[in-house]
Amino acid sequence: MVTRNRFSFGTIAVYTALTLFSIASLLPMVLTLMVSFTAENAISQNGYSLFPEAFSLDGYRTIFVNSALIFRGYAVSIFVTAAGSAIALIITALAAYPMSNPNVKYRNFLALYFFITILFNGGLVPWYLMSTKLGLIDNVMALIVPTLMFNAFNMFLVKNFMEGLPEALRESAYLDGANDLRIVFRIYMPLCVPVLATVALFYALAYWNDWFNAIMLVGNKDLYPLQYILFQLRSNIQMLEMLPTGASAEYTLPAESAKMATVIITIGPIAFLYPYLQRYFVKGLVIGSVKG
Amino acid sequence: MENPSPAAPPRSGKRPGFLREIARNRYSYLLILPAMVYVFIFSYATYPYLLIAFQRFNYQQGLLGSEWVGFDNFVFFFRSNAALLVTWNTIKLNVLFLIFVTFFAVALALLFNEIRNKFFIKLAQTTMIFPSFLSWIIVSYMMYSLFTMDFGIINQVIQAFGGEPVNWYSKAEAWPAILVGMKVWKEAGMASIIYLAAITGIDGSLYESAEIDGASRWQKMTRITLPLIAPTIAILTLLNLGKIFYGDFGMIYAIIGDNGVLYPTTDVIDTYVFRALRQIGDPSNAAAVGLFQSTVGLLLVFGANWLTRRFFKEGALY
Repeated sequence: MVTRNRFSFGTIAVYTALTLFSIASLLPMVLTLMVSFTAENAISQNGYSLFPEAFSLDGYRTIFVNSALIFRGYAVSIFVTAAGSAIALIITALAAYPMSNPNVKYRNFLALYFFITILFNGGLVPWYLMSTKLGLIDNVMALIVPTLMFNAFNMFLVKNFMEGLPEALRESAYLDGANDLRIVFRIYMPLCVPVLATVALFYALAYWNDWFNAIMLVGNKDLYPLQYILFQLRSNIQMLEMLPTGASAEYTLPAESAKMATVIITIGPIAFLYPYLQRYFVKGLVIGSVKG
Repeated sequence: MENPSPAAPPRSGKRPGFLREIARNRYSYLLILPAMVYVFIFSYATYPYLLIAFQRFNYQQGLLGSEWVGFDNFVFFFRSNAALLVTWNTIKLNVLFLIFVTFFAVALALLFNEIRNKFFIKLAQTTMIFPSFLSWIIVSYMMYSLFTMDFGIINQVIQAFGGEPVNWYSKAEAWPAILVGMKVWKEAGMASIIYLAAITGIDGSLYESAEIDGASRWQKMTRITLPLIAPTIAILTLLNLGKIFYGDFGMIYAIIGDNGVLYPTTDVIDTYVFRALRQIGDPSNAAAVGLFQSTVGLLLVFGANWLTRRFFKEGALY
């Protein structure tokens, strides 16, 4: 039905507009990538450029060879993301099952219990006082436990998916003498893999991108996740403090390219996995918007 | 279903209803317990701390030992110049974000709907969604490479056309527009997916009969597609309207940080509360402002939901 308009002015305009928006979406990233590979003196002479005059790996050398801090930050981020999203996924998946089980008489009350916390939020100060009271300060648990370890929205996402499964599954398992624990682990979890993948992705992304817990609760540099190190690195003076180089005066620290190199390695894992993960993300978003 | 399923695990004795239900579905309640405990600790159990808004809170003496001062903290905040500024900035920025992100998201969805080339759609969506995977810290670096005084691309362009370089990071009046631009850049692609899903749900026969009547592409877009996704747009807008009292701390603080020159146009309630708590070290003042925010925020959610329920019954939150 569209062939008639195939090469019309309208079609060209549509393609052009979408192409421009796509390019605009990528351009800042490409710029960052190019700067991270630019020699420092080329930056100081010409400014940032998409087409650098002199390439150099000094930025990466600086952060990988000279900075234990960024290396450590990478390790912290990976650990926090892996451990945090695993725990969060388990809590969420287990909680979703009873919510989807019509035999559970109080499930509406339970939904309300979670829903109220979405509506009314005590705010930053009570959250902070509670976290510090629990000892979630200056340790790795402070990066994992507060805020991120459970998200009611994600639970409702899994619950909606489970409600889409035929109720006969549960009934026949009951008749065969299975209890709820068995049903969850043997029947529901395997069937829920698509939505669990989506939710795992949401959690992993939230952990990887988080710096709020770090800025609020962690003062020890050894525990800084990558994102928070980047936050701290924004002025060159901070950069010099945080990257104690063995190099002496004849070697100028490639501050600009090293900063952008740090950005690139922080995006790295996301960009690498993105093509595989994108469809889960989109799927979750659509399920969430239609039913949540 | 004919079987109202009392099929669950063994029933136990003649205990009262509540205990009996717990016993009957004990594994189910066990499964949900971790989530309930977590939410209890990080939401319900934190509510008593809101009371420090009425205290001169002292970390040593704690909630029970600190001196009560009535509404002093609220009076202090509302008498300061900051109250009006941060409240206004929060609402202003959020409304601008909402309008522009929605506009671009709907426009992108309409454009995607005009295209049948699957490969192009996939490629374009992939690039447009990617920014929403990035943290605002990362985005702030990308912005820095665009806007910084000495090396930034924008100033290079300005100079190439013979203009004077602008020190963007001290030009407060430019930042609402810059922030809106970045918000659209980061979120419109992702938001368009939802609208595209809504468009995909439209009955194809409507377009076919419109074509028979000789409708142009533009007419189909404005007379069929747009009116049919209008409820989706309205519902999502109303739901987001309920959140306009909460500033995007992650965004504003990552980009603006402690650059006080930009506060007049960019300081929001959330960044104010953060500074009061962590930099000025006045938890009671911070809690008072936070309580003000949570209360008005709650009323807005109720109001937005009331409107949604009134006009679009199935779109309401509750």
